[in-house]
Amino acid sequence: MKKISFTLNGERRQVHVSPNEILLEVLRYKMGVKSPKSGCDSGDCGACTVILDGKAVRSCLIFAVEVDGQEILTLEGLSADGLSPLQQALLEKNAFQCGYCAPGMILSAHELLSNKPHPTEGEIKEAISGNLCRCTGYQPIIDAIKSLTQKR
Amino acid sequence: MAIPYEFHYEKPLTLQAALELLDKHGENSRLLAGGTDVANEIRMGFRVPGLLIDIKGLEELKAIRVTDGALHIGALVGFDTIRASKPIRDHCHILYEAAGLVASPGVRNRATMVGNICSAVACMDSAAPLLVHDALVHCRSLGGERVVPVAKWFVDNRKTCIGGRELVTHVSIPLQEVKCAGAYQKMMRYTGEDLAAANVGVLRFADGRCHVAFGSVGPIPKRSPRLEKHFLEHGVNPESIVRAREMLEKLIKPISDVRASKEYRMHMAGVMLERALIAAGERLKMPRVIAGKE
Repeated sequence: MKKISFTLNGERRQVHVSPNEILLEVLRYKMGVKSPKSGCDSGDCGACTVILDGKAVRSCLIFAVEVDGQEILTLEGLSADGLSPLQQALLEKNAFQCGYCAPGMILSAHELLSNKPHPTEGEIKEAISGNLCRCTGYQPIIDAIKSLTQKR
Repeated sequence: MAIPYEFHYEKPLTLQAALELLDKHGENSRLLAGGTDVANEIRMGFRVPGLLIDIKGLEELKAIRVTDGALHIGALVGFDTIRASKPIRDHCHILYEAAGLVASPGVRNRATMVGNICSAVACMDSAAPLLVHDALVHCRSLGGERVVPVAKWFVDNRKTCIGGRELVTHVSIPLQEVKCAGAYQKMMRYTGEDLAAANVGVLRFADGRCHVAFGSVGPIPKRSPRLEKHFLEHGVNPESIVRAREMLEKLIKPISDVRASKEYRMHMAGVMLERALIAAGERLKMPRVIAGKE
């Protein structure tokens, strides 16, 4: 077991992990952060997306020991003070049904909008291209992200 | 799903410390950079090491430099960094193009190009661009440096000629003296996370030379000297392209699997070869030099 410490949603946290423990599982089962989901467990579906040092990454492909000293943002942190404008826009457009992809989708869009407040539709599609949604067919999600970029 | 295999983890902070660990543990260790392949392989019980050596602390492997007539790309340079790098866009545009087709942004934010050629899965996107540019792979061990042309790097599917005590520090891409332009084509079902069912890289030079490389149509990605000779002798024109597509039947050996049949791969390799040749030809006409010097 190794003791690692990292910033999780703005809070300094410490945890003991074995080298074979995957970040996604440590977040869910040791840290109580349940928004990142286990979907494909191989980096394809994007349900496990978290923001690591400012970048959207696949937490199912990262060993927890790797994030020692780093900073992680999940949906819990993003919406700590209520729904973010992005979440509000998704809600208004009824962009999700089952919601399983939502945390990953929102964080991928969040990364895009943080770096590029006025993306093109192509850039929006590119940003969420690794987040699979099996309910709504993507269009309402794209519309919601787009509506936000126009409001600004 | 929890990983049922146990192993140790070290994160050396100097290259020397990493090489010493490698020297001590050899084949029983595995290097970890972006981890997008390593984590998956370990989860599947494939190439599970006794010791995982995380090299992300080695600052000297993070650089992209243009020096001594070559573009040097460090082992820790990720595909997202490649997409944002002006030197790579200027000097090796085909690599910039291919990097944008690797999986999805969330994977590109983590995955490295050197990791891609070390995992050496036959469908990798980095190989064809590096092959047409005659890139060199720089390996280090406690014994010193070894430089391997990328054409000799791949030995079999998922197998390279790297030694058990070696680490790739960087890849260097010689700057071309003659004006040239490249193009990359990838056959996939959808954007976002698909592996190439076949891929083609082409680099055309102003003096008429043409480099051609294929991936995912055999156990290792390869240049095609026969096609290159063909285009050098006959030029690149509609007739020579038709002939090249006929020649392809004997030059590549695609297989059928879950992603595509061998017939479909064979057909699409020809289509993509044609598209890449035309795209590279158009880029070569552009006033802005996409790769190499004016």
